[in-house]
Amino acid sequence: MARRLRDSLPASVDVLEREGEPTALIDLWAGAEAVWLVDAVLSGAAPGTVLRLDASKSDPPERLRGGTTHHFSLGESIAVARALGRLPPRVVVFGIEGERFDLGEELTPAVAAAIAPVCSAIEEEVRELSAGR
Amino acid sequence: MAESRTKTIKTQALARVEGEGAMFVRIEGNRVSDVKLRIYEPPRFFEAFLRGRGFTEAPDITARICGICPVAYQMSAVGAMEDICGVEVGGQLRALRRLLYCGEWIESHALHVFMLHAPDFLGFDSAVELARADPTVVQRALELKKTGNLVMKVVGGREIHPINVRVGGWYRVPRKSELEPLRPALEQAREIALEAVRFTAGLRFPEYEQAYELVALAQPDEYPIDRGRIVSSNGLDIDVADYDDHFVEEHVPWSNALHSRLRERGSYLCGPLARYALSADRLSDGARSAAAEAGLTPAERNPFRSIVVRSVEMVYAAEEALRLIAEYEEPDAPAVTVEPRAGIGYGCTEAPRGILYHRYEINDEGTILDAKIVPPTSQNQRTIEEDLRGVVERSLQLPDDELTLLCEQTIRNYDPCISCATHFLKLEVERS
Repeated sequence: MARRLRDSLPASVDVLEREGEPTALIDLWAGAEAVWLVDAVLSGAAPGTVLRLDASKSDPPERLRGGTTHHFSLGESIAVARALGRLPPRVVVFGIEGERFDLGEELTPAVAAAIAPVCSAIEEEVRELSAGR
Repeated sequence: MAESRTKTIKTQALARVEGEGAMFVRIEGNRVSDVKLRIYEPPRFFEAFLRGRGFTEAPDITARICGICPVAYQMSAVGAMEDICGVEVGGQLRALRRLLYCGEWIESHALHVFMLHAPDFLGFDSAVELARADPTVVQRALELKKTGNLVMKVVGGREIHPINVRVGGWYRVPRKSELEPLRPALEQAREIALEAVRFTAGLRFPEYEQAYELVALAQPDEYPIDRGRIVSSNGLDIDVADYDDHFVEEHVPWSNALHSRLRERGSYLCGPLARYALSADRLSDGARSAAAEAGLTPAERNPFRSIVVRSVEMVYAAEEALRLIAEYEEPDAPAVTVEPRAGIGYGCTEAPRGILYHRYEINDEGTILDAKIVPPTSQNQRTIEEDLRGVVERSLQLPDDELTLLCEQTIRNYDPCISCATHFLKLEVERS
């Protein structure tokens, strides 16, 4: 996904791949006009289901926060950033329902099939935002 | 007539990824009759995954076990492989490893102290609420984390899951000029950490102490991070290679994670409280003074005050990193040559939350035949259950919601690693 978006999006858009602890994102998106976040989700929907969530005005719902004793979720990081006034004006989260979360290097076909439509959606939203400036 | 009632406190899993975790406490009358902490433990799967892989792959594979403490996994793995192959990585190559580890301590402790544990003490449901009420506290955490990240990036090549670590040393060592820019950030981190010690020392702590057996690495001349003998407050003093003679892991029916215990004496505690108790005199000057001002002594046995010790360790990690940078000289080569040879080797380092033990067996080609990984959360699991029992027994008069909060806080004293050992959850109280 990142490879495709790097090729397809204008140079003014940074495409970053990150893993691990998500509060680090708060520094990464500093100064950005808009940010699109893509992550795996586990909500019980069919594998490959795409969830689009506009977090610009409100925090992700509680059920998507998944806080732990030891870790912050993406949703909590968005909520903290908003509380600190450190959220870009536009924040969109794309969640792709995962199928397998055990060790392995390949995506399952259902999840892999969600990559292209999510890329297209992000490309379209970037185009719209650029055109609307 | 004595009141007859049963109260059950249990957790409901909120699985973010695989597995789930849960806690269960049953109270009958004025007695806690059952405590079970159920946690899932990816290291078990990783042990199987490692078999058949090359010995040089272990640091990168095991780093994936945890997004918070990948350096700990890498360091225990390289230590074990170098032990097998009869190689000692010393001098500046080792100093860089310690520096990288300081970055991880700062990052991990900052997250836990400010954003996970402090809200418990301040009566907030989460760091989100804390950020709304007192943004400065959360901003400090993010600044500290940023410094930890910076160290990881400069030394490890990447903020998360460093890619520069290898058996024998590094793929590339930094120039002295690359480390210099870390200094102002680390000096600022030291100041924030000193504030954190004062801030945490002023929190209200539940009154609770246990006569724990505290277990940590130790060595004569420095605070334990990347090596040492395994020692305890009850006189244990062994080489890492003798770990399995003294510690054993057991299956319990309610948890996927193994429970560790000392063969002779049972449960024990590892992590900041243990490190501090056993090596307080080996802290840097600033960290030692901060600990004294905070009223800490090596006799500290209140697990809730581990938040203060973590803050002291952030001061230490910043000061130690500054020392390592000041003394850094670029090594001639980024790594020493390591030729595989058949054997068994052992590695143990101080992850932010306690000792992390690795044991590997490889053949002459360097193929991994067997792997054993014991994360700190497994080691603390029995003690967490015992603390829950003790804390609940002393607090039966509390309403359910406060008792539940206290249970969560008790578990968080150990900064249990969900990635290494559990996925957490909110607690729920049920009465019957």
